[in-house]
Amino acid sequence: MHALFTVFGKEFRENLRDRRTLVSALLFGPLFGPLLFGLMVSRMLNQSVVEADEPMRITISGSEYAPGLTRYLQAQGVKLTVAKLSENEARAAVRRGSALVVLIIPKEYGPLFSAALPAPVLLVADSADSQTRKTADRARLVLAGYASSIAQLRLQVRGVSPLLAVPVAVNEVDVATPTGRAVVVLGFMTYFVLFAVLMGGLYLAIDSTAGERERGSLEALLSLPVARASLVGGKILATCAYMCISLALSLSGFVIVFRFVPLDKLGMSANLGIGTALTLFAICLPFVPLGAALMTLVASFTRSYREAQTYLTSVLLVPTLPIAFASIYSLKTQAALMFIPSLSQHLLMTSVLKDESLVALDVWVSAGASLGLALLLMVLTARHWRRETMLG
Amino acid sequence: MIEASNLSKRFGAVEAVRDVSFVARDGEITGILGANGAGKSTCLRILYGVLTPDKGRAQIDGLDIRGEISKARAHLGVLPHAAGLYGNLTARENIHYFGSLQGLDAGRLESRTAELTRILGLQSFIDRRAKGFSQGQRIKTALARALVHDPGNIVLDEPTNGLDVMAIRSLREMLLALKAQGRCVLFSSHVMQEVAALCDRVVIIGHGKVLADATVQSIRERSAAATLEEAFLQVLGDAEGVS
Repeated sequence: MHALFTVFGKEFRENLRDRRTLVSALLFGPLFGPLLFGLMVSRMLNQSVVEADEPMRITISGSEYAPGLTRYLQAQGVKLTVAKLSENEARAAVRRGSALVVLIIPKEYGPLFSAALPAPVLLVADSADSQTRKTADRARLVLAGYASSIAQLRLQVRGVSPLLAVPVAVNEVDVATPTGRAVVVLGFMTYFVLFAVLMGGLYLAIDSTAGERERGSLEALLSLPVARASLVGGKILATCAYMCISLALSLSGFVIVFRFVPLDKLGMSANLGIGTALTLFAICLPFVPLGAALMTLVASFTRSYREAQTYLTSVLLVPTLPIAFASIYSLKTQAALMFIPSLSQHLLMTSVLKDESLVALDVWVSAGASLGLALLLMVLTARHWRRETMLG
Repeated sequence: MIEASNLSKRFGAVEAVRDVSFVARDGEITGILGANGAGKSTCLRILYGVLTPDKGRAQIDGLDIRGEISKARAHLGVLPHAAGLYGNLTARENIHYFGSLQGLDAGRLESRTAELTRILGLQSFIDRRAKGFSQGQRIKTALARALVHDPGNIVLDEPTNGLDVMAIRSLREMLLALKAQGRCVLFSSHVMQEVAALCDRVVIIGHGKVLADATVQSIRERSAAATLEEAFLQVLGDAEGVS
């Protein structure tokens, strides 16, 4: 036990002096996530907030043939740009981007409208461009509104109740809570947290194994009267320490970033105060030894620093896989999934952010599964270190 | 005292060491001489317990390196072929780390480090980080690290490899000082002159087997050759490419 703590102390101190470890463990890993996340979210929110407030802009051609429709559009607050465009010119203008959406009213609109026959209008838009697609959707809604009000007037004039034309009344209920809606946005925050956890220990895991071999200090270390399990244990423990620091920094980063992100503008509230951050820390804690043991084991098999770096970069992607599956199949927190590390942490963190109450059993299963796998990997690592091939 | 009895080790199809026996005595410097790939390193690695022999046994001061590995290793200081230091730690921290893993308490660590600093001449760089050390400074620190627990036996694997003339000179002086203290020094080399200049006794290894085990003096006397170099070559046979 004494040897284990000696190894831990030395690895911790040595890496505290290593700029590469510090930058990746304590700067890049934990802060990259919150910063990128803050920027993306505030940009996304600003955009959708601005779009909702902004008047719709439509280029209209042939407005003189439909004065009623033109007045209706203006009354709905649509900003109309009057132009004289043929269908081909309108296509070109939309494609060029000089007009978002063009509404063309042909000459025959007037006579057909007067005859109470379907009067054609042409809406030119580019559905591949998200900006004009949104405008086109809104334009379609406004046009449908105009059509239905005209239809009702016509029925009324003919002495028919307009209610006959409304066979089904659809009422919508949206059960999304403000926090619930924010979770769509917060969903991928959990991956940044797990990424920060792994980044925190990445360089130490490499340095204490492949680095030790490359420096030529490994054989001297292995010839000491110390159990290999103590050496491995001390190294993994030091890796865990850096991962915990990285996790704490990352969560603090998110707490701070959420103070500045205007989530409330969309009627959402981000449930991320100090208390929540502590809960998230506790949820992620069992993932720490698992990540440390996995990275140490993989790095122990490699011959050089560079080789270890190559393999461990793939290890960084491992926690994304279950999370990606979860979002593809929109999995919800359930007991069976708690056996899968990284996915269980992701689901539990998401639940906490949604303000849902956690099931104690889920938390224990998640922690137990991660710690059990961590223990298995540690035993495998220690066993590998006892082999003669460790000398290289 | 280090004893190797009938050691054999095989890596796949390669028989690296075949039935090797010799004794390195206290108060003597014993050299293992052989060409590259003759089995010197494998032999030493078995002696300091990082390789397990297929057959035979190794003893340090009568302690079996397999059966009583911790006790045996406490009697042994090791300077492996690659004796790298931790660049971000100072020389003192490097020495303390190994001392602490050898089970030395804080007081003993301090006194041993002070003693070794004086004997090996580490004063000028003891508190500097090992990153920028010269070869001489590096080998001195590595030696201090190997000696921190005051072992009666010391094994060095090709310690002069890659060292410049000044560093080799100071290493030689250090080995002679260890011998004068009555310790058992065992080192390997492929440089004949080095072995001839330093050793009391030579074990010549070729193709994993002991070709000769005698004092330098008796090898010289036994063969009719005029120079020691020729005497060695006679023992080795001409196939061995010893430089």
